[in-house]
Amino acid sequence: MLGALIIVFREVLEAGLIVGIVMAATRGVFGRGRWINIGIGAGALGAGLVAAFAGVISQAFEGSGQELFNASVLGLAVVMLMWHNAWMARHGREIAAEMQSIGTAVSEGAKPLTALAIVVGLAVLREGSEVVLFLYGIMASGTSAPSLLLGGVLGIAAGAAFTALTYLGLLAIPNRYIFSVTSWLIALLAAGMAAQSAQFLNNGGMLVVLDRTVWDTSWLLSEGGLFGRMLHTLIGYTERPTELQLIVYIGTLFAMFLLMRLARYSPRERVGV
Amino acid sequence: MRNLLVRIGLVVLVTLAPAAVRADDYTITIKDHRFTPEELKVPANNRVLITVINDDATPEEFESKAMKVEKVIPGKSKSVVRIGPLKPGHYSFVGEFHEATAKGVVIAE
Repeated sequence: MLGALIIVFREVLEAGLIVGIVMAATRGVFGRGRWINIGIGAGALGAGLVAAFAGVISQAFEGSGQELFNASVLGLAVVMLMWHNAWMARHGREIAAEMQSIGTAVSEGAKPLTALAIVVGLAVLREGSEVVLFLYGIMASGTSAPSLLLGGVLGIAAGAAFTALTYLGLLAIPNRYIFSVTSWLIALLAAGMAAQSAQFLNNGGMLVVLDRTVWDTSWLLSEGGLFGRMLHTLIGYTERPTELQLIVYIGTLFAMFLLMRLARYSPRERVGV
Repeated sequence: MRNLLVRIGLVVLVTLAPAAVRADDYTITIKDHRFTPEELKVPANNRVLITVINDDATPEEFESKAMKVEKVIPGKSKSVVRIGPLKPGHYSFVGEFHEATAKGVVIAE
């Protein structure tokens, strides 16, 4: 039972960290609860579909369908996170000011909510499909199924609790800093996802360049451990990064900040409106 | 600058084409949530294709942080896993859904 609990918890944790950050990033934005719920719901539904068609996806594109699928899901999430951060760079200050003066929800911000709802959906889809496949395997193999299934359910609960903790931890950040902190978190999240996406393309045989390992820090922090996994999700920690992963990581961060700068210095703001 | 971009483009194109069909194959079979062989020797500093055959009815995830691979292998099916180039050394892998029994190691030499 414990084994099942740990496996499910790990997957839910990865999605949960992302959901927690998204919730903190949209703090005070009107209607965000509904959007995040839509994201989670759609993601869970998608996870079931992906699991059901795992065989088909796997065989597609000469056996590289799964890699291509994962790379695309991650790539789309990166684009959505960039969109969100650019939008926040432009409007974040107004929202923060409004939050401080009124102390209630802000009605603006429907745009980044769709972007972040998609990010939540994709995170749940990716990790959720593994949970579904794992639980399906348990049910199909019979014997000790009930106790394993209980472990799985407890794992989901523990992962959800961790999401709440992440969110509450981020809530402790004062209003003034919340948007710059979440912007940083989202930038690092996106860079890690982009590097992971590039690695999937490499695994799929679609981007076979710069695949030499640059360094090895597995002796320092294993990517398989709980802390290593969390850092992998949060900032893209990789114990043996390839040249390609490093370049994509740094390139994504650079692109993100460039985009945020461009968004901030909009003509609109220069006029002072 | 432009020259460099063109060259990078060419490198990408050239490497894209043959990568999909390299024949130095290795096979690992999953049966009763165990790998056979549990120890696989591959040449170091080379890209290697491993065909993973899942003979069990349940899905398994072939996972190795060391080799940067995670791939779901549905029950009663097979998939190709691409690894490397690996420096000489031991690289462990597991079946994530049955980590207690499904363990193995790739030895690059």
